[in-house]
Amino acid sequence: MNTRTIGRLAGLVAGVSIAASAIAVDITGAGATFPYPIYAKWADAYKKQTGVSLNYQSIGSGGGIKQIQAKTVDFGASDMPLKVEELEKSGLVQFPAIVGGNVIVYNVKTIESGKLKLSGPVIADIFLGKITKWNDPAIARLNVGLTLPADAIAVVHRSDGSGTTFIFVNYLSKISEEWKTKIGEGTSVNWPVGVGGKGNEGVASYVQKINGSIGYVEYAFAKQNKLAIAALQNQVGEFVLPGDLTFKAAAASAKWDKAPGFYEILTNQAGKDSWPMTGASFILMHRAQEKPDNAKQVLSFFDWAFKNGGKMAEELDYVPLPDSLVKLVQTEWKSRIKDAGAKALYP
Amino acid sequence: MSSSEQGIALSVMDMDGTTQSKRSSEAPKRGLGLRRRLRGWADPLFHRTTQFFALLVFSLLAAILVSLAIGSWPAIKSFGPAFIVSPVWDPVKEQFGALIPIFGTLVTSLIAMLIAVPLSFGIAVFLTELSPPWLRRPLATAIELLAAIPSIIYGMWGLFVFAPWFMDHAQPLLIAVFGPIPLIGALFQGPPMGIGMLSAGIILAVMVIPYITAVMRDVFELTPAMLKETAYGLGATTWEVVSRVVLPYTKVGVVGGIMLGLGRALGETMAVTFVIGNSHNLSASLLAPGNSIASALANEFNEAVGDVYTSALIELGLILFLITSIVLALSKLLLLQLSRNEGRKS
Repeated sequence: MNTRTIGRLAGLVAGVSIAASAIAVDITGAGATFPYPIYAKWADAYKKQTGVSLNYQSIGSGGGIKQIQAKTVDFGASDMPLKVEELEKSGLVQFPAIVGGNVIVYNVKTIESGKLKLSGPVIADIFLGKITKWNDPAIARLNVGLTLPADAIAVVHRSDGSGTTFIFVNYLSKISEEWKTKIGEGTSVNWPVGVGGKGNEGVASYVQKINGSIGYVEYAFAKQNKLAIAALQNQVGEFVLPGDLTFKAAAASAKWDKAPGFYEILTNQAGKDSWPMTGASFILMHRAQEKPDNAKQVLSFFDWAFKNGGKMAEELDYVPLPDSLVKLVQTEWKSRIKDAGAKALYP
Repeated sequence: MSSSEQGIALSVMDMDGTTQSKRSSEAPKRGLGLRRRLRGWADPLFHRTTQFFALLVFSLLAAILVSLAIGSWPAIKSFGPAFIVSPVWDPVKEQFGALIPIFGTLVTSLIAMLIAVPLSFGIAVFLTELSPPWLRRPLATAIELLAAIPSIIYGMWGLFVFAPWFMDHAQPLLIAVFGPIPLIGALFQGPPMGIGMLSAGIILAVMVIPYITAVMRDVFELTPAMLKETAYGLGATTWEVVSRVVLPYTKVGVVGGIMLGLGRALGETMAVTFVIGNSHNLSASLLAPGNSIASALANEFNEAVGDVYTSALIELGLILFLITSIVLALSKLLLLQLSRNEGRKS
């Protein structure tokens, strides 16, 4: 009897492990921290439906690019799109997966959230250290009727390299010639003034703690920490507040079909509702796939996410891609991602 | 403590057990021969094994140094020795210099030592000479517990509790009192923000006090009671006993304790990152944000793109390694000097 039970158990164990190895082509990804919450949520729901699990490590955009180039993961993720030449050099394909936005947050006790109005040039001058007081005429001109304190402005920026920083300085470079030539754009830059906080949470807590501070964080962090958010003047001169509608407007007004390799940055887009600091987060994959099964799984994961993940994205204050863009992405998959025999892996 | 005692007790029992079983089961002659043969190769084996582990430390040290040097080679090649004195840190234009992180590391550690050494000395003297016996043990345990708190906790305390208090109460006072004084005033300029080099130095001081105190207390207790009693008997005050008897007797340990604290202050990462402000700006003011080597590495390594950026960060690591070695060498020199002067004093 004893031996029989053992035999039965062994059979059961063997059966389970065979079944597990049959389904589990688990997929791995690494990169940007900004889209991590939504990728994790999608992965959770996707696993419940299909049994395929996604292991995403949010190690930062720079790390994601390195990992996919070294082929240690099935896909990389970056908030800063790679230029077409860079994609060619490493044999990569790039596509946007989710849209979100940066906001300007401030800590001035007398000004409620949403009441402060700022424009791109004024933000550039504050972060260049040229505007140092809250009652500077340049700020006063945008905020007629608001009493501005004579306090010093404490600038808060990110201390670590980040896609959030990239979106912010990319916007400033588009707006201000001086920023473009003096500072430039990248995931980390040579900040002329201010203190650096580590991560979105670091910047958020510095802005909460320091009187008269101003900083930039991803929208979700500003909402969670109940920070005061500034209205921004967009490209056509309208003052807008961040949110679904203004992020969507920016994503819709971008000319994705005319951007080879999806190299399109959503900052400072035209359109009267566009939020000027919108950004997309990108996925990187190899064109010639050595592990076609994994690549297939990655593509069907994002295919599923584009179809079913919109609501989850909105719950977390992201914006799903517009349908027209999803079609463009799928065409790109069809034509660019192949296995060793040059056979398309999608659909 | 209790676990190691248990371990000893167990091994004693074990030895007893084996000897007994050998005696009972085997002929005494054969047993003796076996033991002799065992000793013949076991001793050299033990000798070689321990030697191997000891030498492994050397090779580890060399390996770290070599890999740091190789990793930082692109930066050394493109910036040369100017890297150490250049204040530029521009990832976009790929221009890097280490002056600001080096400056921040040294200044925050200096502030920490200025605060921590006298305080720790005071605590250790109180614990060994002045404290009533019933208070000694709980106080000493409390200090050792402080040393066991992870550094990130100090960082969070620094950011959430200390920095806001410092900004609202201490910094305006410092600026008002010292700001107008020439020379010293330059150290206390700028708007009060709560975070900056001074805050980082103070947090570091709090972190290293338990280390320095624990070592100082331990070595002070090693001073032979007879020496101290004799001095007291001759009518010496507590201060005279501490400064003329205890300190000279324990100076090696005291310097060692200070160096241990300094080593921790130089390399501390997370707590400093939270409160130093992480800004690559050079400022004479202690209230201004700065950067330290360890915190620059922690902040920027993840997202560093390109060979030059990465290798500039690795070169920062190499410099930190060298700074710590120099500090250690200087402390050895200091001790040598002290022991050479020993005869002349008395």
